[in-house]
Amino acid sequence: MSKNELVILDCWASPFCMRVKIALAEKGLDYEERAEDLFGGKSDLLLTSNPIYKKVPVFLHDGKPLCESSVIVSYIDETWPAPALLPSTPYERSQARFWADYIDKKNSMQLFDSTSAIWKASGDDAVESAKKEFVEVLKVLEGALGEKEYFAGDAFGYVDILAIPITSWFLASEKFGNFKVEAECPKLSAWIKRCMEKETVAKVIPDPEKIYEFVVNLRKMFGIA
Amino acid sequence: MEEVKLLGWWVSPFSRRVELALKLKGVGYEYIEQDLAHKSQLLLEYNPVHKKVPVLVHNGKTMAESLVILEYIDETWPNNPILPRNPYDKAMARFWAQFIEEKCNGGLWKIMWCKDEEERGKLVEEASQCFITLEGELKGNKFFGGEEIGMVDIAANFIGYWLGVVQEVSGMELVTRDKFPVLCKWMDEFVEHSVVKETLPPRDELHAEFEARLGAPSWKY
Repeated sequence: MSKNELVILDCWASPFCMRVKIALAEKGLDYEERAEDLFGGKSDLLLTSNPIYKKVPVFLHDGKPLCESSVIVSYIDETWPAPALLPSTPYERSQARFWADYIDKKNSMQLFDSTSAIWKASGDDAVESAKKEFVEVLKVLEGALGEKEYFAGDAFGYVDILAIPITSWFLASEKFGNFKVEAECPKLSAWIKRCMEKETVAKVIPDPEKIYEFVVNLRKMFGIA
Repeated sequence: MEEVKLLGWWVSPFSRRVELALKLKGVGYEYIEQDLAHKSQLLLEYNPVHKKVPVLVHNGKTMAESLVILEYIDETWPNNPILPRNPYDKAMARFWAQFIEEKCNGGLWKIMWCKDEEERGKLVEEASQCFITLEGELKGNKFFGGEEIGMVDIAANFIGYWLGVVQEVSGMELVTRDKFPVLCKWMDEFVEHSVVKETLPPRDELHAEFEARLGAPSWKY
């Protein structure tokens, strides 16, 4: 029988870790959060349980490791079914997975990469170009949201969980890119506020001002002017 | 009456993945070949976000992204499952499918289009590491799915068949029998599988297609 010892190898600023923590909070599950020092030295547990990517989050269920945040969130949903994070029909699930794939699409424009590209950019032209690409991605997502409260409809779920943590990094992009997400995408902005009103989300997502300070330090580390 | 349609391109390993899953489950479908150089109104309507194949249409409902479609197929027609039922094993299968897509296929794609020799050398080294990792995952089994083909094998179809043709055309020698005996054995089993065979484009035609495209400036459809 499962003892249900749940551990997350974590970094407070990582939106990917936030996803897992929100999912666990939605399910009312207790877990241990172990902070990783990603710059100083990764723990042995991290390196042995995620030898391929060596990244956080790693989720351990009674010692069995899982990596990749979207995979972990799906696992949590399937292992502890209530309340459901994914919709109930196969077709609606396929739509949720499609948008999860869009948000995280590798080797292509991702939500996190496109927002980060703004504060990573050097020079006005590069910043403008990065901003333009990011806003394009936001508009596609805003289109997917449509008039709904959440991505799947009335209930907060999988796609919201994957997307909302990344929005905590938007303030940093707004400051370095000199724009406001609310002006570009008012409906998406309203969705952000709606999600942040949820207790499970509010207690996990850090103050965007803290993320902004974190980004300022990252830029210094990367030597970005 | 179930109405299943698939918009695909005969060359695309992505649309062939969907065909493979449908055939493994004995699901009948209408195949609609797409000309990606001149995208049809249907394709643009059914996949406005990416404008790519495959698109699956089931009783009028449209779906895109091959790995997403595979999950839908497995949930809708549960016979001959392609994903494990146990949540942990299922999570691992999804992990490996994503690894194949991002690191293996993604790595190969970058190599295929890299014109700079030094850069290509680095990419080949990186990709080799990924293939070593992937080979390790077979763990003495016939397929990634165990005794039978599963989602990970289907996700690896490009490696299973298309890669051989790409290597022939480009002269790249990344996955060879002496460097990757275990992976090559899996490739042999994969292409010999009775259902997989039905989904593989004819080798000489595929060879000609790659020859034409790898010489061309851009292949991004």
